[in-house]
Amino acid sequence: MDPITLLTVIVLTVFVGFEVVSKVSSTLHTPLMSGANAIHGIILIGAIIVAGQLDDPWLIFVALLAVALATANLVGGFVVTDRMLGMFRGRKPAATPKDTTK
Amino acid sequence: MSLLSAEWTALLYLAAAVCFILALKGLSSPRTARRGNLIGAAGATLAVITVFLSAKLDNIPLILLAIAVGSAIAAPISRRVQMTQMPQLVALFNGVGGGAAALVAMLELGHSEGPWVLVAVVFTMLVGAVSFAGSAITVAKLQELITTRPVVFPGMKWVMTLAVVAALVIGGLVVATGSTGWALLLLVLGLVVGLLLVLPVGGADVPIVISLLNAFTGLAVAASGVVLDNVLLVVAGTLVGASGTILTRAMASAMGRGVSGIMFGAFRGGSTAGSTTQSDRPVRSSNPEDVAVMLAYAQRVVIVPGYGLAVAQGQHTIAELATTLEARGVDVAFAIHPVAGRMPGHMNVLLAEANVPYESLKEMAEVNPEFKNTDVVLVVGANDVVNPAAKTSPGAPIYGMPILEVEEGRQIVFLKRSMRPGFAGIENELLFDPKTTLLFGDAKDSLTKVLGAVNAL
Repeated sequence: MDPITLLTVIVLTVFVGFEVVSKVSSTLHTPLMSGANAIHGIILIGAIIVAGQLDDPWLIFVALLAVALATANLVGGFVVTDRMLGMFRGRKPAATPKDTTK
Repeated sequence: MSLLSAEWTALLYLAAAVCFILALKGLSSPRTARRGNLIGAAGATLAVITVFLSAKLDNIPLILLAIAVGSAIAAPISRRVQMTQMPQLVALFNGVGGGAAALVAMLELGHSEGPWVLVAVVFTMLVGAVSFAGSAITVAKLQELITTRPVVFPGMKWVMTLAVVAALVIGGLVVATGSTGWALLLLVLGLVVGLLLVLPVGGADVPIVISLLNAFTGLAVAASGVVLDNVLLVVAGTLVGASGTILTRAMASAMGRGVSGIMFGAFRGGSTAGSTTQSDRPVRSSNPEDVAVMLAYAQRVVIVPGYGLAVAQGQHTIAELATTLEARGVDVAFAIHPVAGRMPGHMNVLLAEANVPYESLKEMAEVNPEFKNTDVVLVVGANDVVNPAAKTSPGAPIYGMPILEVEEGRQIVFLKRSMRPGFAGIENELLFDPKTTLLFGDAKDSLTKVLGAVNAL
């Protein structure tokens, strides 16, 4: 990607990032932080790409370590966020009829 | 064996990036938060499938094995972890993500050409390592493996300056030479900087540091996207970096202080002012029966939960106590300080787990004017968030933090383990106030006894 396109993408993304979380209530600070934490676990795809290009066993080992760490970040992040949010349902009986998850 | 053309790959990555934006958007509102998180997970799954279908990959079985190992470790921990340990876990995941980014960048060093790409490699390694080491210290502090007080040694400021300067110089050398040896040294320096950055942070500020390090990891991931020429990594990392920065500022302002004050406050010294020469002054301590009588015959009780409640796992007991009191006609509310506990919103999560109805949780601005009409304020395992020093003593590290004004209440009951000061390490004048009663002991034990005594009335 040429540097100017890259810069354009980065600058626009910064504004989107600022914008989407600008009005969050303090109650949701933690789940939001945890969700954002899970999202940067997407470094997993970087780790996969790198691991798939190596042939030195030691370097492969290091890359696989990165894959495992990134997976832990990604999977654990989403699961823990879901658990936190699951506790927010409260007691209101009618408001949460049987979870319609797939 | 690329099954997907470059165009399709780019489009699928774009779809994943949109999922991440929608995830953050969803997570900003209680109604859509859970769905938002699922959308994020769906985006991540899509991206991982895409990378397998599009990139030319060797070692696929080993990669799948590593993914299985990572999932097998992370998923069960995430499902089973106690609510009190949630902040540690978030910090831990953040740290390993930063570590992964640093490793990815280092492995790509040999394939990287052009000064900008090399700068991105150096940036990813440095920031990833800082995030990894910083998060590790955060976890250790939260687990109380090491002291929760700020750790400062003489000359720390200079060591820190030296480490940062050295890291920048070595980083420059890596860009100039592309040498793996220098890159390893850079990684080590990154770890040292991360260590020095977080050690001096006082316990109460740790949640904000987690959020800041989260933003750091986001930036490292974005830079790794530049290294690998991968737009999704750039977009996802930048999103987290930007939203994480905003979030960190929001959290810091909920505590009434600037981010730089938190990060560098301890370096400036004098932060634990007032923590010495104390604790031999008289306090009024009481027994569960007396507290039960006070509560049961009050008209209005406000409960202020804090970290002590979370540690003792007393959330179910306190919910039961609240229900029992309500059944006796007492008006009961919970006052939630935005940073009570070890992460913002910690108490909301904890009490939600115990089925305390959402409507009885009052935010600070709403509840503060009501304290003067409150007969009994029951403070359970909270300290710093009700410490009037935040308003009265400019030297205190929490000075300027908005607090729950429990001192306005007619009577105050503190359930505390000991006279030990709170996480911020400062004395609470309120404990010596004539209208304050203390009940020493583990929060859950004390609550169980008080509950028993109320039922026996």
